[in-house]
Amino acid sequence: MRVDVRILRYNPEVDTKPHYENYVVDQEPTDKVLDVLNTIKWYQDGTLSYRRSCAHGVCGSDAMRINGRNALACKLLVQDAGSSITIEPLLGFDVVKDLIVDMEDFWDGYKSIQPFLINNDPPPSGRERIQTPEEREIFDDTTKCIMCAACTTACPITWTNPDFIGPAAIVNAHRFIYDSRDKGGEERLEILNDRNGVWRCRTVFNCTDACPRGIKVTRAIEQVKRTLLYNS
Amino acid sequence: MTIGNIYRGREGMVSWALHRITGLGVLLFLLIHIADIYIVRYGAEAFDDLLIIYKGLPFRILEIGLVASVYFHAINGLRVIIIDFWDGAVDRQRELFWAVVVLFTVMFVPTAILMLIAAFD
Repeated sequence: MRVDVRILRYNPEVDTKPHYENYVVDQEPTDKVLDVLNTIKWYQDGTLSYRRSCAHGVCGSDAMRINGRNALACKLLVQDAGSSITIEPLLGFDVVKDLIVDMEDFWDGYKSIQPFLINNDPPPSGRERIQTPEEREIFDDTTKCIMCAACTTACPITWTNPDFIGPAAIVNAHRFIYDSRDKGGEERLEILNDRNGVWRCRTVFNCTDACPRGIKVTRAIEQVKRTLLYNS
Repeated sequence: MTIGNIYRGREGMVSWALHRITGLGVLLFLLIHIADIYIVRYGAEAFDDLLIIYKGLPFRILEIGLVASVYFHAINGLRVIIIDFWDGAVDRQRELFWAVVVLFTVMFVPTAILMLIAAFD
């Protein structure tokens, strides 16, 4: 099928401001939007820049704004995006080039919540730390995060407040806070109990709508809010 | 900084944007109200003169906007509180948004009609 593609381009070495460029490609309806970008880059314009790695919705590299909403280019099919596709970089972060944004703030937020198991006690009798299926279920949803930043950059708070820790960092904190094997919950809750932590969330639900893994991001944030409220 | 066109958020983003706009509307009214009450300091006559401006058609129309702002902000505020305290509401936030729209319409339309009749009377 013929697809008209409009891409927001920006090369800081040449351009003074971002501008749209139009392309026409021929794709199968079952191709992915990433295939559209590859067709453009490989056969029409090699200067087009974007991140991609696994191309199968696992690595989280190619989150971008497609027709105004955040999505993974490797997961969205052309037939679902339509015959006219507008592709823009993620909002809220500085554009490095074309569809590549500077993710430093995103990783800073992620690192700040200590995204690793904190437990100095040795595992019982030299074995692994066991957990019941019910205990695992509590944080199952938030283990699915692939750090693509679709949620964080869909959030209006992130667009205007670079200090906001962002939905992705809260999701990854949630994954450890409610893990029965982890002992760092208090520390993480303290980090999130900040005006730029969970309390900055305005329940806009853009994060939940944008998550390519279907994580109920707002639900996780609300759970952390309530834990802070009831435990303090 | 945002570039390009606006993010196409869904019900949650629409309700958030309306909540902010109506919140600012109510705040603007409160600031005007503080200023007009202050006029009492210059005597009853000055205050009465001011009220004549308030009884003019432009202000009556603005008053309807104020009622719309208060209604929406209050009803949507309840929606946000329900979402904050009940996990089940998070999964039904879209339905809750439309419930807010319905409740707002049911409350606002009759009020607006009554206010318009009074304004043009």
